[in-house]
Amino acid sequence: MLSFILRRILEAIPTLLILITISFFLIRFAPGSPFTTERKMPPEVLANIEAKYGFDKPLYEQYWSYISGLAQGDLGPSFVYKDYSVSELVATAFPVSLKIGLTVFVVSVVLGVFLGILAALYQNTWADYTIMSFSVAGIVIPSYVVAPLLILLFAIYLKWLPAGGWNDGGWQYMLLPVVAMAKGFTGYIARIMRGSMIEVLNQDFIRTARAKGLPTRTIMLRHALRPAMMPLASVLGPAMVGVITGSVVIENIFGIPGMGQLFVNGALNRDYSMVLGLTILVGALTIAFNAIVDIAYAYIDPKIRYS
Amino acid sequence: MNLLEVKDLRVLFDTRDGEVVAVNDLNFSVTPGETLGIVGESGSGKSQTAFSLLGLLARNGRASGSARFRGEEILNLPEQRLNRIRAQEIAMIFQDPMTSLNPYRKIGPQLSEVLELHKGVGRKEALAQSLAMLDAVKIPEAAKRLDSYPHELSGGMRQRVMIAMALLCQPKLLIADEPTTALDVTVQAQILKLLDELKKEFNTAIVLITHDLGVVAGLCDKVLVMYAGRTMEYGPVEDIFYNPSHPYTQGLLHAVPRLDIPGAALATIPGNPPNLQELAAGCPFWQRCSSATEHCQTDAPVLETFGEGRLRACHLESRELLEVV
Repeated sequence: MLSFILRRILEAIPTLLILITISFFLIRFAPGSPFTTERKMPPEVLANIEAKYGFDKPLYEQYWSYISGLAQGDLGPSFVYKDYSVSELVATAFPVSLKIGLTVFVVSVVLGVFLGILAALYQNTWADYTIMSFSVAGIVIPSYVVAPLLILLFAIYLKWLPAGGWNDGGWQYMLLPVVAMAKGFTGYIARIMRGSMIEVLNQDFIRTARAKGLPTRTIMLRHALRPAMMPLASVLGPAMVGVITGSVVIENIFGIPGMGQLFVNGALNRDYSMVLGLTILVGALTIAFNAIVDIAYAYIDPKIRYS
Repeated sequence: MNLLEVKDLRVLFDTRDGEVVAVNDLNFSVTPGETLGIVGESGSGKSQTAFSLLGLLARNGRASGSARFRGEEILNLPEQRLNRIRAQEIAMIFQDPMTSLNPYRKIGPQLSEVLELHKGVGRKEALAQSLAMLDAVKIPEAAKRLDSYPHELSGGMRQRVMIAMALLCQPKLLIADEPTTALDVTVQAQILKLLDELKKEFNTAIVLITHDLGVVAGLCDKVLVMYAGRTMEYGPVEDIFYNPSHPYTQGLLHAVPRLDIPGAALATIPGNPPNLQELAAGCPFWQRCSSATEHCQTDAPVLETFGEGRLRACHLESRELLEVV
């Protein structure tokens, strides 16, 4: 297992390097630059600024200096948020998105798995239809529709919760964004869980478990849950990355200072180092969580052993 | 007294194309320590008969009639009461040992949970008893096997594990649903021998479901021949084998491959079993029956007593039949 983890880490390095290289040149080829402003800057001033950030050097030299900085853990300065480095900005924004994301993840997985099992157990009954209707509604109704409605109802009309803001992540401030983000994710997980659970419940070994006289609860927990988790595990890894790196829409609607806003501002303003830094972060997280999923497989299914 | 007494058992399935009768008015009984063979082709309702007794039918299936186990009605019992009978009083082993064990769990806990549940013993004691049972079904290195996953065992070994699992609570009745169909021929013989030994050792009655007449001859005391969900013939094994009274039974016996006659062609019963959804009036077998008359096409024969402890459903006089053979 240890050698497996080590191998995955070694494999991650070239993958990341390719990702960095492609992103580096892609963003440079995009029209405009971080210093494009509405009012034309005097050419001397522009040249001065570009020289300060090394933009006057050939592209391959800039690439090399970026890579060597990266090797020392330096993501470079932000070109848009003056006087801040990318690392500093990410360090303040990431914990915010992480906190919301983890909450969304835990809520969705627990609720989604539970609802999925329930729907599978009461397959083709009103309970199943109700759960699945809500799941589909959760998936198809966009969060930019649900979020304003939630604000309208709970913040403006009922005045129970704040309409937005972060306030260091007080639960009142987290509740609505988490609900708005978790509804689709929960529905998605519930649907996957229902499908895989129905498949498992039709397996011969479940009939054996029933023939043993085990009560339904025991059959579900001991015999059915683990195999039914297999298809879920493969979607949870990438989904985890998605929720913890922030939602552009939700963060904008609720005014949350998370990663989503950094992403949008970085891309719109051609903040090269910011976009690259975030790409590397998301890339590294994706690779890490896929490796975790692989390890989880081996834990769930004894037939899978990595050596 | 009969251990199991089944009366007018019917199994129905609700399908998109309407109701299908998989088992039609079945009657049989099993006394303690006795072995009953249920024989028939694929789709004749053998397995569904077994599943209905333990409440293991698929969601769209239901059973009617009566099945009394030690005098107590067990058909359509609520799940909770069935769970007290399952494994404890009536245990079951299945056709495919490759898929009947949970591939995600070790053999040990899969066995011991039966004892923990029904006998209320602790995990340690349960594992010790499981180990003893694995020894009884002649699994080599049984202690190591407790810690194995099913995929680490061969098919024959897995079926032995299934048998051990079924016998853990020393049930009065064991339902074996084609226990050797998925196994190699040599392994089949070992498993059958094992079942025969265990039957004597634990004084367990067995309902053996099979399509293999050789298995029936070797193991059973009584035979129920099923076709299209109905009883064709029912009686002591010697009578069925030496003096079959139904054209279908005769056909089956005739179709057993003969190795003692050089160059003999393999005899078959022409045609296929009828579609249960389109079962017309008349005997379900008439289209394949060489002795069928017009009467057979319009009226289904009723099951009638015949000889000593025998039942059969056929319009023909048994005398005429014997001439046919």
